[in-house]
Amino acid sequence: MERVAIIGVGQSKFGELWDKGFREIVLRAGIDALEDAGLEGKEIEAMYVGNMSGGRYLAQEHIAALIADYSGLSEMGIPSTRVEGADASGGLALRQAYLSVASGLHDVVIAAGAEKVTDVGSEMTTDIMASSADREWEGFVGATIPALYALMARMHFTRYGTTPEDLALISVKNHKNGVLNPKAQFRREISVDDVLNSPFVAEPLRLLDCAPLSDGAAAIILANERVAKEYTDSPVYIKACTQASDYLALQNREDITTMRAVRIAAVMAYGQAGLTPEDIDVVELHDSFTIAELIAYEDLGFVEKGRGAELIREGITSLKGSLPTNPSGGLKACGHAIGATGIRQAVEITYQLRGKAGKRQVEAETGLSLNIGGTGATAVVTIYEIG
Amino acid sequence: MVERGDRMIPRFWRKIKYRYDIVGSVCENCGSKFYPPRNFCPICRRRSKIKEQRFNGRGKVLSYTIVHDTPDEFKLNKPYIVALIELDDGPIITSQVVCNPEEIEVGMRVVKTFRKYFEDGEDGVIYYGTKFVPEKIATNAKNF
Repeated sequence: MERVAIIGVGQSKFGELWDKGFREIVLRAGIDALEDAGLEGKEIEAMYVGNMSGGRYLAQEHIAALIADYSGLSEMGIPSTRVEGADASGGLALRQAYLSVASGLHDVVIAAGAEKVTDVGSEMTTDIMASSADREWEGFVGATIPALYALMARMHFTRYGTTPEDLALISVKNHKNGVLNPKAQFRREISVDDVLNSPFVAEPLRLLDCAPLSDGAAAIILANERVAKEYTDSPVYIKACTQASDYLALQNREDITTMRAVRIAAVMAYGQAGLTPEDIDVVELHDSFTIAELIAYEDLGFVEKGRGAELIREGITSLKGSLPTNPSGGLKACGHAIGATGIRQAVEITYQLRGKAGKRQVEAETGLSLNIGGTGATAVVTIYEIG
Repeated sequence: MVERGDRMIPRFWRKIKYRYDIVGSVCENCGSKFYPPRNFCPICRRRSKIKEQRFNGRGKVLSYTIVHDTPDEFKLNKPYIVALIELDDGPIITSQVVCNPEEIEVGMRVVKTFRKYFEDGEDGVIYYGTKFVPEKIATNAKNF
């Protein structure tokens, strides 16, 4: 396996980008990444695109060809491939790009993630997201995605004594970080009371426990170590990028207070990187709902199963804590542009490891990102290290 | 009206048998029980010996949520309860529980019942299926 480095990153602003179309958003991210790398488009050998549902959000399939076209890469005829794993689509694109360089097949590739969700109404958006769980046996009975995460939260409360206040603290932390991120959708602080007084979406989860669904795109350029050194003095190396699956529906899983796919991907990633959870300095993880962040603390091995709440109560995962988590604001405050999120997380970790994260900078040499699809049937874990 | 994946009529019709009652499957090789039914046992794979099985429809609530932000077709039922129910003689099922939201609790005994889920407007198809009610209500009601 060849060593793979990140040599360029870029992202659009996340949010309700009413005045911008899908093509413009993607182009912005791609151009930013190329400029960041100091690279010309013609040096790119392949493209991988994460997009969950262009077919339903935009009535446009063949997204990979569209993006290659608008970014000018069709001129060179390079292969462009879309991958889909619900809101882990970006993570899958990152992994496919990583594998294509690690295998020695390509020297320089681009991985992008993009979603444009606000061209359809919120009713349609809810329905499209429901397709990331089991449409026939969960969606049919009215088990929306928030409802399924609420089932996990209730089980965690019942078995381990986690409370709504614990979950609220996660939302408060991520909003606080989002204030410091110019690309974030929500840049205002909220209080625990704000969260606990916001309306219920699916009990026990409230509106401010849920990440928004956003427009946005992110792009990242990966290169073989040998080539990377020609472009940058501060390459960020990908030490591992692993993926695992679980049963699609919650009802078929052994235990819904844990995501087995996350545990499997994490164990593989630590093994490949030769690291342990104690070695990780900064984390970007998939807080589509506050309970998902808390469960991820446990499944990523940062704390014993059932004790996730301790990390947030004690401030360990705050920006100034020993394990800063979601410095970008996470999905909750930075925004959740579905297929873009997995790439957006890699962009943030890269900024952090380069020491270019501005006001939200933490001290870090090793980072980890976790991207989840649906309610956990797909998980991608990536470990990064500054060269 | 949003064009929805679960409103494709043939797709619904094919599964009526499994929705109107709790008909799942069992692997005779390892004893695993499945709902919805599977054609293939994920434990035994090629050694699978799958047979259809009707479950008795009694069980207890493992976890539940009261859904306030509802899809369009459930607006009239707002808020409604979705639960994971562990059947006495079978697997875990995701279903709605029909009761006062203040009554539901983890561990509550429930029993299956046949109910409407939603409909495609006044002239459209009505989608029926299985829901659950508290066992104590079902036991008291004569017509049950």
